[in-house]
Amino acid sequence: MVENRPFLTFLTHAVLIIGVIFLCFPVWMALVASTHGPEALSRSPIPLWFGDRAWENYSQLLAGGLPEAGGVPIGRMMFNSAIMALVITFGKIAISLISAYAIVYFRFPFRMGFFWMIFITLMLPVEVRILPTFDVVTKLGMLNSYVGLTIPLIASATATFLFRQFFLTIPDELVEAARIDRAGPLRFFWDILLPMSRTNIAALFIILFIFGWNQYLWPLLVTTDESLYTVVMGIQRMVNAGEALPVWHYIMGTAVLALIPPVLVVVAMQKLFVKGLVESEK
Amino acid sequence: MQKRVVFRSRLLPYLLVLPQIAITVIFFFWPSYQAIESSFFIEDAFGFSREWVGLQNYFELFDDPGYLKSFRTTLIFGVSVAFLAMSIALGLAVAANRVVKAATGYRTLLIWPYAVAPALAGVMWYFMMNPSLGIVAYWLRSLGVDWNHYLNGDQALLLVIVAAAWKQISYNFLFFLAGLQSIPKSMLEAAAIDRAGPVRRFWTIVFPLLTPTTFFLLVVNLVYAFFDTFSLIHATTEGGPVDATSVLVFRVYNTGFIGQDYGSSAAQSVILMALVIGMTFVQFRYVERKVQY
Repeated sequence: MVENRPFLTFLTHAVLIIGVIFLCFPVWMALVASTHGPEALSRSPIPLWFGDRAWENYSQLLAGGLPEAGGVPIGRMMFNSAIMALVITFGKIAISLISAYAIVYFRFPFRMGFFWMIFITLMLPVEVRILPTFDVVTKLGMLNSYVGLTIPLIASATATFLFRQFFLTIPDELVEAARIDRAGPLRFFWDILLPMSRTNIAALFIILFIFGWNQYLWPLLVTTDESLYTVVMGIQRMVNAGEALPVWHYIMGTAVLALIPPVLVVVAMQKLFVKGLVESEK
Repeated sequence: MQKRVVFRSRLLPYLLVLPQIAITVIFFFWPSYQAIESSFFIEDAFGFSREWVGLQNYFELFDDPGYLKSFRTTLIFGVSVAFLAMSIALGLAVAANRVVKAATGYRTLLIWPYAVAPALAGVMWYFMMNPSLGIVAYWLRSLGVDWNHYLNGDQALLLVIVAAAWKQISYNFLFFLAGLQSIPKSMLEAAAIDRAGPVRRFWTIVFPLLTPTTFFLLVVNLVYAFFDTFSLIHATTEGGPVDATSVLVFRVYNTGFIGQDYGSSAAQSVILMALVIGMTFVQFRYVERKVQY
């Protein structure tokens, strides 16, 4: 702080508190709504404080099947989301690590060609090539399977760049030492490079986990079988229920359940998250 | 660009890049090529026959008032989301940068929405703004605003803008805060000694020094608003009422999957690809970067 101005300090806190309220309010309302029964949510204004149906609502959501969501328990959808998020995260990290390793530590024909091929994928998000990608997945018979849900999303230009950038900062002497000790390339990768990349891997893990968990369009396209729905995508079925009135207490409960895992990851590993976010965007 | 000391192996590097390249080719290059190719054809809905039509799909798009309106909607949506999310985030970042006590506490409370999926952000706001039982709609009504986004297209657009911006504030906040923390304290102290007040210091020193961050965030926010918010719109307004919230990405999906018009959908995909490539180019060309690729 450059100077002491009490009014400005007051204003600062006021701005921050209003900001926090603005950001937290939607989730507060979702939490409150998920603890009421349908009657309380049928007349306006709806309550701003918790009701007494939390246990009933959440146990029904997690274990019982809701007809509005296609008869699949939300617990099952959360399981699918977790599988999808984890496979995408570990897959992206693994294949990016090895391709960055190849590009940095070897000299081979088409090295830069491969590098640019990976780079260009940055410019082709799923959203802009929806139909043809769907076609390819259909032809490969990957619809309605975990393989179809995860493998097509596993390439990562961002992760490859991040690891490449990191490898370039590792001193050459380490490689020389490894070679003098007669360690081969795989040994060097496994025993030296991988342990050194731990922090980067952890930081990236958080970003990619959130990315994987929050996928929407892809599961919407490749799954028609309700038992493979992910929770972020499944909620849409309940909201746009057609003629039937939306069951808001269940929808808000699902929203709360769907946002808990990624939010927990961010809050619990805040430092790593900030590092991962700032570095993966450079 | 490369290590002085490298390993020698004929086959190994190819094996190492193989998984990444294989997925890239199968799920990125091949579909993109298909999109470009089929944008020059008209195909019947069953895929039995197709006819080469050259650029006709493109011409039809630009003659279609619906498509042009979609462009306009996307632009309004993108610019509003970017402006709202960035200005709120900047205000919060400036405040958070001043706080000495409880700084981490505030930061934690401000960054978690990053983890909320756009679809969920949309659904929560959709609930709060619901004309018959939403709490915000209720407050608006007591202020004399007749809120009904099921009928009023402008209100529906405003709803998705607010929801999309809400989710993006934390991201911008983190980058603005990092930018603010990298501004040398000595500069601000010097200005204070010259009797420049806090407001003046902000506009003549802080804001200009933040330009690279601001520009970077502008591009990121526009890309977010143009492409990542498909889920938000699909889960809530579904492009409606009528066409009021039908942004370009939503239209590609609608034309292709609901309307089964593959040629037109492919042409729209190609236009979007050109848009992303252009924006990525701007980002790499003009945004100051610490890392040189």
